[in-house]
Amino acid sequence: MSLVLTPPEETTSRPADAWCAAPPVTDAEAKLPDWYRDFQSAAWDRFTALPVPVRTNQAWRFADLTHLRFDGFTPARPVSDSLAADLVARAVSGRPAEFAAHFVFANNRLLHAETRGLPAGALCLPVAEALASHSELIRPRFLRHDDTLGGEKFAALHDSATLSGVFLHFPKGCVAEHPVIVHHFVGGEDAVIFPHTLIVAEDAAQVSVVDFYESIADGEDTLVVGVADLEADRGGRIQYVALQDLSENGAKQVHLQHTRAGRDAAVKVGFVNLGAEWARSECVSRMVESGADCQIFAANLANGAQEYDQRTLQSHEAQHTTSDLLFKNALYDRSRTIFSGLIQVQPGAHHTDSYQSCRNLLGSDEAEANAMPGLEIDADQVRCSHGSTTGAIDDEEIFYLRARGIPADEARKIISLGFLHGAIEKLDGEALQDLLFARVERKFAGLA
Amino acid sequence: MTDSATLEAVSIDQDEGNFSYPEDYAHDAGYGLTEKTIDYISDIKGEAEWIREFRKRALKVFNDKPMPTHWASEDLNNIVFDHIRYYLAKGQRPTRSWDEVPDDVKETFERLGIPEKERKYLAGVEAQFDSEAAYSNVKEELTKEGVIFVNSTEALREHPEVFRPWFGKVIPTGDNKFSALNSAVFSGGSFIYVPPGVKVKHPLQAYFRINAENFGQFERTLILVDEGAEVTYMEGCTAPKFETATLHSAVVELVAMKDAKIQYITVQNWSNNVFNLVTKRGLAHENAEIRWIDCNIGSRLTMKYPGVIMKGRKARGEVISIALANDGQHQDTGAKMIHAADETTSNIVAKSISVGTGRSTYRGQVHIPRHLKGCKNNTECDALLINATSRTDTYPAITVRGNRHATQHEASVSQVSEDQIFYMKQRGLSEGEAMSLSVNGFVNDLVREFPMEYSVELKRLIDMEMEGSVG
Repeated sequence: MSLVLTPPEETTSRPADAWCAAPPVTDAEAKLPDWYRDFQSAAWDRFTALPVPVRTNQAWRFADLTHLRFDGFTPARPVSDSLAADLVARAVSGRPAEFAAHFVFANNRLLHAETRGLPAGALCLPVAEALASHSELIRPRFLRHDDTLGGEKFAALHDSATLSGVFLHFPKGCVAEHPVIVHHFVGGEDAVIFPHTLIVAEDAAQVSVVDFYESIADGEDTLVVGVADLEADRGGRIQYVALQDLSENGAKQVHLQHTRAGRDAAVKVGFVNLGAEWARSECVSRMVESGADCQIFAANLANGAQEYDQRTLQSHEAQHTTSDLLFKNALYDRSRTIFSGLIQVQPGAHHTDSYQSCRNLLGSDEAEANAMPGLEIDADQVRCSHGSTTGAIDDEEIFYLRARGIPADEARKIISLGFLHGAIEKLDGEALQDLLFARVERKFAGLA
Repeated sequence: MTDSATLEAVSIDQDEGNFSYPEDYAHDAGYGLTEKTIDYISDIKGEAEWIREFRKRALKVFNDKPMPTHWASEDLNNIVFDHIRYYLAKGQRPTRSWDEVPDDVKETFERLGIPEKERKYLAGVEAQFDSEAAYSNVKEELTKEGVIFVNSTEALREHPEVFRPWFGKVIPTGDNKFSALNSAVFSGGSFIYVPPGVKVKHPLQAYFRINAENFGQFERTLILVDEGAEVTYMEGCTAPKFETATLHSAVVELVAMKDAKIQYITVQNWSNNVFNLVTKRGLAHENAEIRWIDCNIGSRLTMKYPGVIMKGRKARGEVISIALANDGQHQDTGAKMIHAADETTSNIVAKSISVGTGRSTYRGQVHIPRHLKGCKNNTECDALLINATSRTDTYPAITVRGNRHATQHEASVSQVSEDQIFYMKQRGLSEGEAMSLSVNGFVNDLVREFPMEYSVELKRLIDMEMEGSVG
């Protein structure tokens, strides 16, 4: 049961050229609820009022601010039928064999939806549709993130726009065995898309979602402003993975991810960054009730002039909460990475157990790794530590492999891939691990 | 465990320095800071014109720079610069012999623990009473070896050819708001020159004291150690308690030429109303070594991040830091390591203890630019939280460019474990003794890095306060 949708007619009532003067609303959807319209215009006001980040802003420390641009973008235009078919075929070939549902979006519009593997009771539908049909269910949890790590202007922009992406609501006890796969394509000069993912796992529900971000073509200036909000209630389990494989030439991404983990909930978040000229990711994990556990992993492979800027917050707000973070960056050529992580143990969040680690493997003399692992501890009986290492592959390791007949180049590759695999293997699901790792390998093969 | 008992158990007695004498200052620049203040200071000191210009330029920079509250504590906004006296002195020239030192000054030193017999093995004593060095004694042998050990005024007047080339070069005026402030109104401090190959056997010392309400102390220190020479400098301070906040903002510059070694030791025990905002940086040339050993116990807010710029091949930098933050205190300390040559290595070990509502912060920067090779950094910071209301933060920033380096950073936060306390109580120790033993154990490996007399004093300080206070 696969259906390919024709892209909706262009019904734009706003200026189509650039949205620096008006909110980036592409389609005048009549069905959207009033509260959402109000919300959008309030967000646009917020966006125009908020200042552009400057050098002295600590949330942007070390970042190359020349990547930032807020005007001159156009709403992404619908893709042609033939291109749509190509993109769907590309998405289908890149998905795991088994999945609960599969959605394909291009330039903010739904191209393809398959939902046959969903468990009974689970709700999984495009955000635009959910706003129309399940307005009151989505409302209390929709775009409630007000704690960003410096990207508040981007968050406001996202909130004011026409969104694509999926809303998942897993009621009490609802369990999906396989992941929900979502593809987001962006294309066209100065095009911007606003993919949104909202996952709600009620008591003891289990769900896994993978977002793929890809460019339609190489070399176009595009921007993805994505938000992924996760909410796990008592005993709920969520795994969320964002794989960013946009074009290295011209594509930029801002990804704001927010987790709220309730009592005994377990949330796993994974980031894989391979593409884009510049990618900024902010990840806020709040453990708001006792027993909550958040795990955050990232495997990033940067080359050329790519810059990956990742900011994280592990916020422990209740007693007996745990979290773990492992970010791995492999850097080549003139690439740069910035890791800024903070473990915050709020007053009263006693018996917190938290760890944070950033490992950088430098593969060239021009690459630059910045690490700012931070701790703010305001409670008692806490076990917190963090570590950060930066270095190159040890000559002795290369020697060891060469002694076993593996050429030096091959040895370097094996070690680098093994290094990144260390973060990917922390995620659940072997098929998913293999899929993500294959993408890393594919990029790596292109490096030599 | 009861909080108040524990609090008492780990609090350090700062009342030792709780005394002051009637203010009868011969020279006083009044409150507030304008160009007139600077003219006044320059006139009193009889300074050369270039110093006056230097000060005035600095004042402009100070006025132009915003408070660094976009990253630093908001508490800085509570400093009222107009309510501070920027210059105060006894109006006396540094005296050569102990007999010439006024009695009340002597008494202060007595209480500070500079017994006369100690002077016998302390090579030189540069004791600062308020802004001017009230007593300055450089032993004959040092003079013979060509070591210069004087205060800032004398140094720039008598030895400009030695000190001027490096003055304000390691820490430029515009480095930060408070280094600019110091550059505008500095007085006192120690200027030291050690000629090539001279290894100063005994540590050089200076004691600092604040003794007037609302009086800020802005000493300036510059230590030049020529090729192959070595020196250890010790700085310890206490201050009497006052009701309104006092500002202390020093600038310390170290220059270690090829193969030279400098060790700079600080024990800071200002009273709980002092803002202690200090800029300290060393420049290490080829194969030179600079070590900062820093212990912060007092003050309301301390912001101090000793740094080393490793400019020559194989230069080494090290920061060893102990901080204790008690009720109402914020110890915001750390280290900066700037690698600017091949095969340079740096090491940072920081330990902090937060007691009661105390807050300790580690802030660090490690920078390794591109096209260098073989640079190494190791950073360890450990924090100990004593009470539920204690707070600790860690904010390191590590930048590495290029693939021929290695850095590692590790930080951890822990408590004195209840098991440990239980175990010790089982064996007849009181809770206070047990806590004292644990805390001493936590900092023990760093305390040993201090010279003997300091480490004994530090240990005794922690011991005494913990053991005596729990019944």
